[in-house]
Amino acid sequence: MLSKGLKRKREEEEEETLGVDAWWLDPGHPAVTQAPPTVASSSLFDLSVLKLHHSLRQSEPDLRHLVLVVNTLRRIQASMAPTVTLPPAPSPPVVPSVTDNLLASSDAMLSASMASLLEDLSHIEGLSQAPQPLADEGPPGRPVGGAPPSLGALDLLGPATGCLLDDGLEGLFEDIDTSMYDSELWVPASEGLKPGPEDGPDKEGAPDLDEAELDYLMDVLVGTQALERPPGPGR
Amino acid sequence: MKCFSRYLPYIFRPPNTILSSSCHTEADIISTVEFNHTGELLATGDKGGRVVIFQREQESKNQVHRRGEYNVYSTFQSHEPEFDYLKSLEIEEKINKIRWLPQQNAAYFLLSTNDKTVKLWKVSERDKRPEGYNLKDEEGRLRDPATITTLRVPVLRPMDLMVEATPRRVFANAHTYHINSISVNSDYETYMSADDLRINLWNFEITNQSFNIVDIKPANMEELTEVITAAEFHPHHCNTFVYSSSKGTIRLCDMRASALCDRHTKFFEEPEDPSNRSFFSEIISSISDVKFSHSGRYIMTRDYLTVKVWDLNMENRPIETYQVHDYLRSKLCSLYENDCIFDKFECVWNGSDSVIMTGSYNNFFRMFDRNTKRDVTLEASRENSKPRAILKPRKVCVGGKRRKDEISVDSLDFSKKILHTAWHPSENIIAVAATNNLYIFQDKVN
Repeated sequence: MLSKGLKRKREEEEEETLGVDAWWLDPGHPAVTQAPPTVASSSLFDLSVLKLHHSLRQSEPDLRHLVLVVNTLRRIQASMAPTVTLPPAPSPPVVPSVTDNLLASSDAMLSASMASLLEDLSHIEGLSQAPQPLADEGPPGRPVGGAPPSLGALDLLGPATGCLLDDGLEGLFEDIDTSMYDSELWVPASEGLKPGPEDGPDKEGAPDLDEAELDYLMDVLVGTQALERPPGPGR
Repeated sequence: MKCFSRYLPYIFRPPNTILSSSCHTEADIISTVEFNHTGELLATGDKGGRVVIFQREQESKNQVHRRGEYNVYSTFQSHEPEFDYLKSLEIEEKINKIRWLPQQNAAYFLLSTNDKTVKLWKVSERDKRPEGYNLKDEEGRLRDPATITTLRVPVLRPMDLMVEATPRRVFANAHTYHINSISVNSDYETYMSADDLRINLWNFEITNQSFNIVDIKPANMEELTEVITAAEFHPHHCNTFVYSSSKGTIRLCDMRASALCDRHTKFFEEPEDPSNRSFFSEIISSISDVKFSHSGRYIMTRDYLTVKVWDLNMENRPIETYQVHDYLRSKLCSLYENDCIFDKFECVWNGSDSVIMTGSYNNFFRMFDRNTKRDVTLEASRENSKPRAILKPRKVCVGGKRRKDEISVDSLDFSKKILHTAWHPSENIIAVAATNNLYIFQDKVN
């Protein structure tokens, strides 16, 4: 049930973000042609991180898909490395600091999270040993202001939606009944959240995102996470 | 540009019926198609774990116009969904690959595999049954031995033809990662199965052991940057095989060199074209299929946008490159977003290695004549395929004014993808899987 809801929410969020974001994929769009390459790279970066998380959330990730996304992410990261700030237009002032944090911390954080997640994949192979405690949570003192990847993509919508971190997100999910997610399996908001819109407006930063991610993965490995897989095809 | 049909080497006609399931569920999506070595049988596997085998009708003098149509011969459930309790993972029943063994007696043998388990199936006909048992009556009930006063020899009497499929071997528990390929060796005694990181060699008679011949798993999974995408044995040299990778490379290995073939004998890679470099360069270079030519002299590889033919004697670049749908090059961002860029298309040779075929989107498939360098785009669809009608070549308009019969790139349906095709080993008969429909096309009868 939970995983089904999680998937639904993710797809819904993806539909929403991608539906609104479609303009930046259109090479003919004036904003895109005028936008510097860094903006497009940043969008691709966010999209790739989204894909990476989505892929890792599968009970048994498609290794080829995972490896290709990770390698693409590395390429994008490498090209973005010298660029620390985004240009002011069309993004509002609040965005550069958010993305700054994401970019600045992303290197160590992302590689640490990817490393630990890939390491966990190798542990899936030999389950005679107990799953390793997921201690690789990235460098200490991570900036709290970092936004989850989905927010990063939304940030590029333009000045009208610049203050997404404040009210916009709540508005987006007003129509969603979150009562089904009031469950003790969910980590309380103050301790760090799973990267999903159903967590409500109290978004913690990307660093907690990875910690929750790793916890979730560990739960799956030890079987404490309820497995509510949707029924197989044709059944 | 001239109308292509005049130069078309093969003019294909669909048969009377297009073989498909009446109601389309996800389980009916065809996931693999394969002719046997004579072309008499055509096997399909689907997402629901079923195998359907079609048999070609014998030609008869009475019905010449119905030459060699394929009808259902046998249907069986090859794989069931499983649950790995140790890892709390569901194992899909989808059939990833089917490979036929050469026929050595009256029965047919094929290998079918899902993500984790390979099975050897025997498909045999029964058209006689024994009658006149001593200890059983006609209904099969045991007789009271005290009532038997005479003995008789049972006789075989004809019965309605029955085709039965029985699993003869189950090769399980050898793959941690998802099996993407199986390939029967030319010695007919062994075969290999390849997953994302390892390739195992099996003997058909032994199910509890397999030899690991390739292992690219890094000691530290953080260093994982490449996976195995396809593998195949050489058609004649039983010591040689190739495997392709997600980085667009092909390695040819010789099993005589060492037990573990981690060090390749040959390494095929084309240098990246700097003018085409993008964030997606690696993804589109990932090879989705590799096939030896029937002659064994060439290998063909399929990546996202092209099909390439390599000479085994030249490692630094392919000898031929064919653009399948280059108009997608400017759309890679969108295709990355909707995951279409990760689609794995297969490619096939015709019997004489002169034509190669591969699928595309919008139910299009492409053929390239290696000798004349001509190519054609055809469509597998009900609307355009009246029985006995010639398939009309299709064209994608990339920009500018669209002609009447052309389709623009933005109108392409990316949910209709032709990933699996097969070509009869000796005749111009092709099988094309379009989601849950199987199209069989033949060239025209003179």
